[in-house]
Formats: sequence, structure tokens, C-alpha cells
Amino acid sequence: MSRKVLLIEDEPNIAEAIRFLLTREGWHVETHAEGADALQVIQGASPDLVILDVMLPGKSGMEILRDLRELDDMQSLPVLMLTARGQSRDREMAENAGVSRFMTKPFSNTEMLTAVRDLHAQATQS
Amino acid sequence: MRDTLTGSRIRERRQIAGLRQADLARQVGISASYLNLIEHNRRRIGGKLLVDIAGALAVEPSVLTQGIEATLISALREAAADAVGQQAELESLEEFAGRFPGWAGVLAQMHRRVVSLERTVETLSDRLTHDPHLAASMHEVLSTAAAIRSTAAILADTQEIEPEWQDRFHSNLHQDAERLAESSKSLVAYLDESDSAGDHRGVPLEDVEAFFDANGHHFPSIEESGGDAKLDLSELDSAAARSLTQDFLNVYAADARAIPLDKLQAALAEASLDPLQLASRFSVDLATVLRRLAALPDGYLGRPTGLVVCDASGSILFSKSVPGFAMPRFGEACPLWPLFQALNRPLVPIHQRVVQLGRTAAVFDCYAYAWPQSVLSYDQGPVYRSVMLVRSVEDVAQDEQAVARVGPSCRVCPHSDCRSRREPSILSEGF
Repeated sequence: MSRKVLLIEDEPNIAEAIRFLLTREGWHVETHAEGADALQVIQGASPDLVILDVMLPGKSGMEILRDLRELDDMQSLPVLMLTARGQSRDREMAENAGVSRFMTKPFSNTEMLTAVRDLHAQATQS
Repeated sequence: MRDTLTGSRIRERRQIAGLRQADLARQVGISASYLNLIEHNRRRIGGKLLVDIAGALAVEPSVLTQGIEATLISALREAAADAVGQQAELESLEEFAGRFPGWAGVLAQMHRRVVSLERTVETLSDRLTHDPHLAASMHEVLSTAAAIRSTAAILADTQEIEPEWQDRFHSNLHQDAERLAESSKSLVAYLDESDSAGDHRGVPLEDVEAFFDANGHHFPSIEESGGDAKLDLSELDSAAARSLTQDFLNVYAADARAIPLDKLQAALAEASLDPLQLASRFSVDLATVLRRLAALPDGYLGRPTGLVVCDASGSILFSKSVPGFAMPRFGEACPLWPLFQALNRPLVPIHQRVVQLGRTAAVFDCYAYAWPQSVLSYDQGPVYRSVMLVRSVEDVAQDEQAVARVGPSCRVCPHSDCRSRREPSILSEGF
């Protein structure tokens, strides 16, 4: 069974590029572009990994992550967060919210793929 | 038709290789003057000599006769140097550009776009803290840059890509380029608006610097009057800006009286520029000389020359920009600048050659000096100010004096291991 990643990103061209890269790596990629119902989408999709943008319409990625970590069965789900704001306080906020990895836009494809591989490897080992 | 630009390409390739004309001529057994004629396309070249020159320049002869744009090669080299975590095959660079000129062009164009965005970020980062509207606009620009970077890398790196994906990514690139152009235009319009809004900026120092910039930091009426600092300042909106400007003009006038322009020009015509010698010759302190040199008419010193003044807290009070040396508008500059080192050693003249890390990595000669701005009363320590003259350096030889590495400000400095860092760089991960 292929690994599933849920990509929550409202920039369609970024989503398309990530989808292409991860599909080539053997991932099944589902995308979603809204923040408001993202939590329900994550619960419904049961992904192996979530890539979550911070600036989303309806609800920020940071809020989604906080709500997600309050759910008992979502404590260890790997979440890679993407943001255009890379300042230390944003990183700290994301870490406090329970992020697994934090990546600043514009990121390189290699950086993104490495992060996904690492997070998945850590999740399957634990 | 015979190509007539082979000589120009030889010249470009020689310069890229860092070879002097005489060196290349010697390697291929001709005189430097003959090579000079070839490089200026005044002598035809072919046969063995062309092969020998191509060999000496480590390129295929066809590169010289048919030409791969040197600018393209240069742009690809820069792209390779800037790549993080990717080791480009530099030895195959020309082959890549020659075999796939279209792809090479796309890669170079995307790299230029990223470089341009980096510059935009550097320029605007100072304002980000102060302006949440601008931060939101920058988010739009950076997100578009992320899409462009990721898509361009897929097109450049993927060996086999299905035609439908290729078409889709080309279309996405086009869309994002359009969107980036629009976002950038909106940003510029926003900044123009805020720049023309006078008091809206709320920073009188910006008005002062704009006034000095508009006058090229040189005031002929003060020079000709022998130091009368009365100028029409009515164009400045706020009383604070007018007062500050008058203060700086008073300093300018006092400096002009201490070192009259004609005498300074005569001194510079007699000997090379050495601020300490000039201070001795005019019996003034070094700070006066440094300010005076920065106030010479544009182009007089041959090389671009800037100035920055700070107080003992490190706050920048005044600056005259010089291309390639970023000076933060709201203070928070790199603590490694000689300007701040001088505050540690008041009254000790400092001359240091520095390279400012960042996009251009240009080299500058800096002269810095801290002097007591005022002595308020008996038994009370003076309050110091520091001034730094910044001159761009041309033709830096590898073995020249040690060059200190400094940054613009921590926020946009790529030097990740710096022990003086105050905060993480916003560029270190994003670019």
C-alpha cells in the first residue's frame, strides 16, 4: 500500500510542484486548499504525513496544528510546516504548537524531499 | 557568413578565466599586441592559433567561433555557487549551456529572479518589523518565489518529464512570473506612496537623508560662501526634519571652513588619498576629513564613496550610501563594522579592508574614527560619536591585505557561524 501525504496549501502552483515531486517518490498525494475545514480533512484522510502551510484561508496552519495535537490519535502524526515567515519567534511558535519540521519559503526541492523522507523514516521507526 | 565576433568572445573567455592578455599571448606564442588586435576583432583568427587559444582557455574552439553568451555562463556559475546542498558539475557547465541553451537560459533567468527577490527582501527587511501591511505583501512575493523556485528546479533537474507535465509547469511558471511582476509593482507603488507621504513615515532622519541625497551630498552655495549654512529647507515637511537637516548642514559648513574645497582638491591632486595625512596637513581631526571626503562632488574621488555616522549607542545618525554596501535604515547594523570597532577605541584611527557578505560580496576600504561629540562638564566622561568612510575597491588581488568579513545586519546576513549574531537570518533557510 502506498504512503499517503496530505498537502494543505492554498497556492495551487506550489501544491502542483510538491505533488509532482512526491508522486515520483512513490507517495499518494491528496491536496486541500482551505484552512477552515482542514482538521476534519486530516481526520478523514488518515495520512502518513501532513504538509501544512501557515497562511491559509479560513484558519491559520498554526491554529490547525494546535487543534490537531489536542486529538489523542494525532499526537505522533508527522507535520511539516511551510511558511514565508522564518523568524525565530515564528519557529518557536510552531515548535510550541507541536510541529515536526519547519521550512521557510522559498525552499529547495531537495530540502523538502529530504524533510519528508526523514519525517517518514522517524515515524515508521518509532 | 564569417563570424566577426570571435575576438570579443576570446576576450570575454580570457577575462572569465582571470588571465591577463600578456599571459594568454605567451601561452599561445604570439605577442600581446597581436592578441589585442584579435580581441578587438581587427585580425581574423582561425586554424591552429584558434585551437591553441581555445586550449589555453579550456573551451571548445566552437565556443569561440559560434559563441555561448558569456553572460549566460556567468549566470549559471552564480546559480551553482548559490545552490544550497547541491553540487553542480561545473566542469560540464559549457557543455550543458551548449547542448541545452534553452534550459540553460531558463535556469539563468530563474536564478536572476531569485537574486532579484533576495535584494528586494534585503531592502525591505528593515521595514518589515515596522510595517505589518508590508509583511503581508512580502508573504505574497515569497510564496510566488517558492512556486517559481520549485517549478524551475523540477524543469531543470528532472531527466525525463512527461510532455503534459512539462506543458503544465511552463504554464505555471508563466502565471507565477506574471503574478510576481504584479506583486512587485504593487509593492513598489506602496513604497512610493509611503515615501511621498512625508510625516506618514514618521522618521525625520529619512527626510534628512533624502535631502542630502537629492543634493548629491554636496552644497556649492555653502562652499562658495565660505561656510554659510543657510539654505531653503521649506521642502522638508516636518519641523523635526528641518531642525535635523540644519544641524547636519552646520557641521557641513564648519567642515568646509576647516578644509576649503579648493585646498582639499589641491591636496588630493598632489598626493594619494590618505585621510590621516590630510588631517595633519589641515590641522583638523580625522572625523572632519572623513566627512569632508564624503562631501566631495560626485565622481571626484573616482570610486564610489559613502559615509555613516553613529552615536555611542550604535544608532545610525546619518548615512550616505555606496553601491554594494548595505546600510540598514533603522539601525541594527553589523557590530563588526569598523564604525563600531572605533567606539571601542576612541581617538584611534582605524583603516580596515572589509567584504560585506551578501549578494555582491564587494570589497571596501573603511576608515573609522570615534571622537568626543561633547564634553559636558568637569569630571564627566565625554559622549562619543563614530564616523566611517566607505570606499569601494577595484581589482582586489588575492594576496592583498587581509579582508575582514562583515555583514549588513544580522537579519539579512548569510554568515551563519558568526559569534556576534543577534538573531537568525531570514535568508539562511529561505535562500
